[in-house]
Amino acid sequence: MSEDRRKEEQQLVRENEPAQVTPRPDQPPEETDVGAPAVVLPANAGPAGEPIRVISAAEGRRINRRELLKLVPLVAVGAFAIPKFRQPLLDEGLAFSDWASAKLFGRHRLAHTFSERDVVPFDRFPYNFYDVADPGVDLEHWTLTVEGLVERPGDYKLEQIQALPKVVQNTRHVCVEGWDVIGNFGGARASDFLRFVGADPSARFLEAECADGYYESLDMATILHPQTLFCYEMYGKPLDRGHGAPLRLQMPTKIGYKQAKYLLSVRVTNVLLAGKRGYWEDQGYDWYGGL
Amino acid sequence: MANIAASRPKPETITVSYEHPLVVRVAHWLNAVAVFVLIGSGLRIFRAFPSFGPKIPQKDLIDIPQQLTLGGWLAGALQWHFTFMWIFVGSGLLYIIYQLATGHWRQVLFLPGDIKGLWPMARHYFLLGPKPKLDAAYNPLQKLAYTATIFFGVISTLTGMALYKPVQFWWLAWPMGGFHYARIWHFVAMCGFVAFIPGHLIMVAVHGWNNFYSMVTGWKRDPEYQ
Repeated sequence: MSEDRRKEEQQLVRENEPAQVTPRPDQPPEETDVGAPAVVLPANAGPAGEPIRVISAAEGRRINRRELLKLVPLVAVGAFAIPKFRQPLLDEGLAFSDWASAKLFGRHRLAHTFSERDVVPFDRFPYNFYDVADPGVDLEHWTLTVEGLVERPGDYKLEQIQALPKVVQNTRHVCVEGWDVIGNFGGARASDFLRFVGADPSARFLEAECADGYYESLDMATILHPQTLFCYEMYGKPLDRGHGAPLRLQMPTKIGYKQAKYLLSVRVTNVLLAGKRGYWEDQGYDWYGGL
Repeated sequence: MANIAASRPKPETITVSYEHPLVVRVAHWLNAVAVFVLIGSGLRIFRAFPSFGPKIPQKDLIDIPQQLTLGGWLAGALQWHFTFMWIFVGSGLLYIIYQLATGHWRQVLFLPGDIKGLWPMARHYFLLGPKPKLDAAYNPLQKLAYTATIFFGVISTLTGMALYKPVQFWWLAWPMGGFHYARIWHFVAMCGFVAFIPGHLIMVAVHGWNNFYSMVTGWKRDPEYQ
């Protein structure tokens, strides 16, 4: 494009910035109806004061081409329509959301706790499971195996966990499906238990394995949160089999599927293996799962 | 005779008016795509528990056909939703900040002074009444539609934030009544937004190709107000 032509076009675009209504210098503003601009428009202007131009058809084609080119980057969004790129893009979107969620997490920000009045009756607290409600845990001989970055690994009895200070909380349980229910939970703080076993507090993750083949992993910041429990009671009674006896994770700062039931072992670690991050996460649900 | 002929544009010229700046166009198309993805995936998310009542006993409100939804199953729908929510909010913020910074918001925002212009405009559109004088960028009915849509977009976002992070955004969730009620308001906001779409598409279709194309190139050819 020649220098003159380019200058001409720049001038055209500058002059055509809409709604910069300027009164003609030789005329004062006039009173008009409400809704109409309170100035006299330049001759040959549209209702927003934008100048109406007469240009050559060739000019028009040039402008069209230029403005279309400016929009071309938007076509990148179309990558979502291409099967090869779709899943990687969606995985990236999920990963970004998880990153933002972790940044947002407040270590001392407490979830709302409720009065007895708000807690649903025990028989209205759903049993939820992916495989079986009762995986047949041998409650008599059950121990929690503790592994990984801890000073005192080994098998721990339920009584040892019950000897730690007990926390009881009425909190909201939110399922990824969209329903929620307020329940009563009791147990030891996960942070107390980890201190008890000499866990490395700077470790990044806690992994959990369950009697029904379910497995999960959580960020240590959430594990150390004051409302994260190694829960062994509901409604003042020991967990029943359907609710994850004898021990489950319970935390109102995470969505339901993070709160693994029928715990058999936990591991403190800095490394998560791809494909073993969590039962539902490995199928496409997000890993952070934070509320 | 000679004067009239001389004042008509010559055949190899066209009459154009610059209507939509680049930022507005970019925000519009990004937002439009995002809205359809969010509604489609959102409906699939809703299908996972199509009720606003208790889990026990569960009483489903409405059966959304799978064909209207995006994502296949809950995890897929959540992936679309958690990806495109950023595009929706990003483009929405881009638009709002641009409108505020340039002062163009005055063209769009529905104010009490516009109420009196609603009936003449509605009568013209729906009852084929006389066409009211065109003296602003958007007529009162348009202003109402666009303002309402932006409002529902903002409410969708705030209720979405309360749903996504009811603990971290407790200050949003609490006034809404907590997670359970935020879910209802989120659905209501979506309905408000959806109410806009058919009217908008019909109006775009009725006003012709040149009008539609101005949201692509920014320039409207043969503007009706020349």
